[in-house]
Amino acid sequence: MSDILLILFAITLIYIGVANRLFTYISVLAFQGVLLFGIAFIQLIEINTINLVFVLLETIIFKTIAIPIFLRRVIKRNQIKREAEPYVSNFVSVVIITAIIIGSFLLSNTVHDEHLEKMFFVIALSSLFTGLYIIASRRKVITHVMGFLIIENGVFVLSLAVGNEMPMLVNTGILLDIFVSVLLLGIFVNKIGDVIKEQDVESLSSLKD
Amino acid sequence: MIGIYLSSALVIALLLFLIRHAGLKYVLLGVFGLLQVGYAVYAFTHQNIADLEYFTPDALGTLFLIVLSIVTIPVLLHSYLYFVHHPYLPREQGMYYSAIVILITALSAAYVSNHIGITWVFVELTTLSASALIYHRRNILTLEGTWKYIFVCSISITLVFIGILFLSIAIQQEGLKDLTYVSLMQNAPLLNVFWLKLAFLFIFTGFTSKAGLVPMYTAGIDAKDKAPHPAGALFSSVLMNIGFLGIFRFYEIISHTSIHGWSNNVMIISGLASVFVATVYMLKVKNFKRLMAYSSVEHMGLVILGLAAGGIGAYAAILHLVLHSFAKPALFLQFGQLNRTFNSKNIYQMGGYFRLNPTGAIVLLLAFFTVTAMPPSGMFISEFLIFRSLFEARQLWLLVVVLLLLTFIIWAFGKNVFRILFTKPVAFDESKFVRIRPVESLSQFFLLFMVLWLGFNPPAFMIEMIQTAVANLP
Repeated sequence: MSDILLILFAITLIYIGVANRLFTYISVLAFQGVLLFGIAFIQLIEINTINLVFVLLETIIFKTIAIPIFLRRVIKRNQIKREAEPYVSNFVSVVIITAIIIGSFLLSNTVHDEHLEKMFFVIALSSLFTGLYIIASRRKVITHVMGFLIIENGVFVLSLAVGNEMPMLVNTGILLDIFVSVLLLGIFVNKIGDVIKEQDVESLSSLKD
Repeated sequence: MIGIYLSSALVIALLLFLIRHAGLKYVLLGVFGLLQVGYAVYAFTHQNIADLEYFTPDALGTLFLIVLSIVTIPVLLHSYLYFVHHPYLPREQGMYYSAIVILITALSAAYVSNHIGITWVFVELTTLSASALIYHRRNILTLEGTWKYIFVCSISITLVFIGILFLSIAIQQEGLKDLTYVSLMQNAPLLNVFWLKLAFLFIFTGFTSKAGLVPMYTAGIDAKDKAPHPAGALFSSVLMNIGFLGIFRFYEIISHTSIHGWSNNVMIISGLASVFVATVYMLKVKNFKRLMAYSSVEHMGLVILGLAAGGIGAYAAILHLVLHSFAKPALFLQFGQLNRTFNSKNIYQMGGYFRLNPTGAIVLLLAFFTVTAMPPSGMFISEFLIFRSLFEARQLWLLVVVLLLLTFIIWAFGKNVFRILFTKPVAFDESKFVRIRPVESLSQFFLLFMVLWLGFNPPAFMIEMIQTAVANLP
């Protein structure tokens, strides 16, 4: 069952490659939150209740509801143009993201480890590199934040793989996730939005040599 | 004791943030200075005794803690001077002081922590407090610097976390759960090398943002450029030490496994690339603060090369870091006077500094000799030992390339420093110039003297501490 959810997660990564509008990105992020909820529920059913509640709060309340609402507000309030404005064409993006997923599969095949479920490893790595690719290939600062959120989702998947025996790591990962997201988005809403109206990276590129 | 230290520092930071009264602030800062020195002394006398379970001041952590405590005092003094000459609102001053106290506390706790997760948490805290310092001036350029710093550091800290996850996969295979450095080092030979390789790559890349190495060095440059100069002094010395410490502690674990040679190659690539990048940019930059920041990248590159070369190199690397942590703050603190004189960071708008401020000019000249490691600078000795270790490790080509790059760096640095000191300034209105009191340069002389003294006549306890620190390496 969790394999199906993980494969769906990989499909959302490819879907981000073709998405044109920022709101599609936000919907995909919210959907990934739901998927992570399902995976966490199946994977961590054995751990104690408090941890389980904590994980579920993070995935449903934080990833699926709070962050998407927050991002929508940022986009509306700062009047950001609704296209993602990538540097490369969507076709190239899809090819690269697919290559990332295949590469992760090949890498995971070199591991012989009965403790680790390979699917988690594959999806976590693909999510990490897809996030980095989104950051590198999109122009707007807000898409960089979304790329970072995709990386965070990947980290969450990876922490689930080890979470049964070390729930502390899952909780630390969740705290990191909340802390950094609030920090990044908080600066975005309060500061960058007030100072800069056009939220392209170009307007944040005067510091260089 | 660390509990008392952390909680009182937190209270002081909170009070500094809330209190508007200037006199009270200085009293609080004085108390914090005493607390910092007091904790360093306590850690020195209680080495290798676990405190609150997760904090064990070992030799290397204590050494860096002592360095931090010594650097703290001039930095606080110059923060005071900074606000005398740049009147900010009491609220903004409070924010600045509070952030600097949290930064120093987080660094101290990260130095002495014995658990990879705890180190990680406190390194994250340094990112937060450092970004408050970078944003201090509250204009669009500092906002850009802050944004880039937070973004790059957040990605880096996430990479370190992924590394820790891979590491935990490796130790779970052996049925272990303990992530303290001691336990990891004991069990290192048992662990699966595939996971260790991945963990090393991620943790190394993550910590390079703090250490100022390729590939994540960029954020640190903007941070040192945009933060006020006393904060820049901390960023380019003690904050880089924590990045190194994170790498070093994991490298100690790796060095007991079969991938030791492989990790050395990774570090050599990163170190050489850092020196190369520093050279390229130092030949090009016109902003003096960024020039100093790239010089830090160069020194960190040399340190990592020394560590990778092994043998005497590891000893030299730590000695070099200690000396660098005194030399670079001297330069950064001196920059405050330079900026006040010319009201610019651009080297082309500076000149004739020897006539305007002889004492400051002597500091700048001495600091130049010290930082470029020309004798009689103490850094000459540590750099020489690093080169010797590269020679002994039969990395001759590497050595030749590094020496060539260093020649370029000395030329680029010297060209700019001598321009500031001796050439005629362009479009500089001397009538508005207010003389700077020589006494403001006293702390820089002290820091530079420390470099000289520690290089040529290192106290026995320091040698012993460095030797204990590298004793675990093969």
